[in-house]
Amino acid sequence: MADNTNTQRGTKGDVLLEMKGLKIAAMVEEEEIEIVHGVDVTLKRGEVLGLIGESGAGKSTIGLAAMAYTRGGCWISGGSINFDGIDMLNASAEQLRDLRGKRIAYVAQSAAANFNPAHKLIDQFTEAPVLHGYSNRSAAEADAKELFGRLRLPNADTIGFRYPHQVSGGQLQRAMTAMAMSCRPDLIVFDEPTTALDVTTQIEVLAAIRDVVEQFNTAAIYVTHDLAVVAQMADRIMVLRHGNLVEEGNTREMLAAPKEEYTSQLLAVRTFKKEHQLEVTETTPLLRVNNVSASYGTTPVLFGVNFDVHKGQTVAVVGESGSGKSTTARVITGLLPPSEGTIEFKGQALPPDYRNRSKDELRQVQMIYQMADTALNPRQRIREVIGRPLTFYLGMTGKQREDRTRELLTMIEMNPDEYIDRYPTELSGGQKQRICIARALAAEPELIICDEVTSALDQLVAEEILKLLDRLQSELNLAYMFITHDLATVRAIADEVVVMLRGEVNDSGPKDEMFTPPHTDYTDLLLSSVPEMDPDWLDNLLEERKRLAEEEGRVLKAADN
Amino acid sequence: MHAILTMIIQRLGLGLITLIAVSFIMSVAIEFLPGDLAQEVLGQSATPETVAAFRAELGLDRAFHTRYFEWLGNVLTGDLGTSLANQREISELLGTRLYNTLFLASIAAAISVPIAITLGVLAALYRNSLYDRLVNIFTLSTISTPEFFVAYILILWFSVTVRIFPSISDIGPDLGFWEHVYRSMLPALTLTLVVIAHMMRMTRAAIINLLASPYIEMATLKGVPRRDVIIRHALPNALAPIINVVVLNLAYLIVGVVVVEVVFVYPGLGQLLVDSVSKRDMPVVQACCLVFAITYILLNLTADILSILSNPRLLHPR
Repeated sequence: MADNTNTQRGTKGDVLLEMKGLKIAAMVEEEEIEIVHGVDVTLKRGEVLGLIGESGAGKSTIGLAAMAYTRGGCWISGGSINFDGIDMLNASAEQLRDLRGKRIAYVAQSAAANFNPAHKLIDQFTEAPVLHGYSNRSAAEADAKELFGRLRLPNADTIGFRYPHQVSGGQLQRAMTAMAMSCRPDLIVFDEPTTALDVTTQIEVLAAIRDVVEQFNTAAIYVTHDLAVVAQMADRIMVLRHGNLVEEGNTREMLAAPKEEYTSQLLAVRTFKKEHQLEVTETTPLLRVNNVSASYGTTPVLFGVNFDVHKGQTVAVVGESGSGKSTTARVITGLLPPSEGTIEFKGQALPPDYRNRSKDELRQVQMIYQMADTALNPRQRIREVIGRPLTFYLGMTGKQREDRTRELLTMIEMNPDEYIDRYPTELSGGQKQRICIARALAAEPELIICDEVTSALDQLVAEEILKLLDRLQSELNLAYMFITHDLATVRAIADEVVVMLRGEVNDSGPKDEMFTPPHTDYTDLLLSSVPEMDPDWLDNLLEERKRLAEEEGRVLKAADN
Repeated sequence: MHAILTMIIQRLGLGLITLIAVSFIMSVAIEFLPGDLAQEVLGQSATPETVAAFRAELGLDRAFHTRYFEWLGNVLTGDLGTSLANQREISELLGTRLYNTLFLASIAAAISVPIAITLGVLAALYRNSLYDRLVNIFTLSTISTPEFFVAYILILWFSVTVRIFPSISDIGPDLGFWEHVYRSMLPALTLTLVVIAHMMRMTRAAIINLLASPYIEMATLKGVPRRDVIIRHALPNALAPIINVVVLNLAYLIVGVVVVEVVFVYPGLGQLLVDSVSKRDMPVVQACCLVFAITYILLNLTADILSILSNPRLLHPR
């Protein structure tokens, strides 16, 4: 079916999409704000262009503009968009509708949210080809099965007859790529297609997307914040910041020699590594998770989890989503009493339910969450947010409380005079996370549980938060239990690593040991799945895995693929 | 399907308990009403001796709990008892009345539900347009106007100015189907005007609520026309709230029609209830209330089952 359109496709190398001086405006609080300030984008047939940048860079907005589409409250305020000779900004609604889905398709970040929960995958796949007159229902169905197979989905012949909720995230993301391919478009816009996936699942999706784009000579705009991912996918990269182009160039050349300071910064993230490596001398650990099992209702989720955290130490707990990391934190804090096992603090067993713990027991373990946004009461000023634990745990009032609040703000490198009277909504994401850290510190704890504290932040901001946590650790001799799925973070800050898989501890040990082979198969899978900046990394990895499978019979593959 | 069956059985069990509770509350409420049947029938001038004798004859002089449990026992064995006022079998009395009420409700529902859902979908499709505003103003006006007023306006227009429909629903037992429909038209239209706004606005709101969903954006970016985006992508996911509000209104069509029945002298359950309350004919009131409670319980159960059937996540678990 791809063949009959080849003539109209033209040859590789022709310009397919040209956006000139693209400006996009948005209405923010009844004020018109320009969010993209005149960016030029040129894309040739069969070329893959990577758009990268931090949040607010305008990369998704520009990606969608290629379809002459803007999200609610935004509009294209200037410039021109030319797609294969069609002036998109002056095209009629009917013309645009005809292009969308047929010649330009979209793959979104969250496949789970972008598939309609009410319809089977196959019905959603065949919708566009039938609607655009590209194919009929039975031919489109047959094509779906073939594409599902090419994208290496299991049970390609039957998987389409399931509803979205019956299919795993990584599989859905590939089904969405297949759906985008259904009319063999000239251009696909990929909007962070692997960001919501676990690293181990990401590999398969990346490989499948790349193969299928190459096979059909489809041009693509690949939007992501992850430079290592884009390095595997794109021929050319555009680095964006605050709606402006920072740098544009061939992928390999840019990675080898970035011209702009900002690009180097993006490339250099996660060079931070904590210097001191702690030697454990004491025999009684600060925290001991002793053979803990737990369940939600009748569904068991943790099975005999064991690990220790020593004073002043950082223990990183890693694993995929659903592996039981956050549940373990809930058991430690007493939010979810375990069905078996105990939580010991300095050798003393803590009551399983937080309601039975004394104020002092509660004070010693504090938490910092992933979403600083929702972890702060939007109606409380910073003074109240930090001051409350001071009063609650330490009985501070009046001037003593005010002074301590200011001292804590200084500790997290925020000017007390400027910030103490603000509300959380008046702060940036990184600043909010700093306030959460100050709130945890206010209780003067010995252990802080950090649950994915940097996952929602941009890379450069995350880096600053990690540095802050590290400095506080050495100043205050804090212990951290650091829950994360990001192995780069583990490498940066951990002393000990605990790998969790399906509610069990799969592997554990000091960081240096964990990052040196031999590993368990799962640790190996997890470690090798972390994308690297090297553009050949994905090819090499896939070859290595193939070799391992053939020669040693070790199959390294995520379980739900 | 097994899960649905379990749910139905559980809910029917709970419904039975609810019914018993309702019947008890009703009995207590009636007990608090001033006067009783004996007094009502004999009138103001009757001597206390006559009233007391009549009471004893009807068994009204016994203690409240004796009467209540005797009645409950009879009902549980399928005997609704006889009317105190005219000694007729209540089941017989209810039969035709219930049929008439259900008939009227069905006509009203057959008119109002399709119109309300269509208007709602169109209002979502042409959101904030002139059409949307007009529909909103019209339906809100009809819901804000008292039922009896709507009824009299309709009578004025359709029975006085242009004589299309009769102003009194003279429903007899030997009426043909279409004649029955014809004579019930004005009360049915009144009810339609009263319930349409609620259903239409909920349909509109449920759909608009979903328009910001990522899968709606995806459908748009697949080039699906806006009409199909609404009907094929938004509507199936909006069904649960729509079903609930439709069912709630269906229940109202059966239970809340008293005023309309009185205006049009329509011989339905509502009239029977009003008459029986004023006569203090307790067994009949009880029976009417039981029928109303059963209506609510069954319709709500239907709504829940339909919601499950419309949601693939519940119908096809992983």
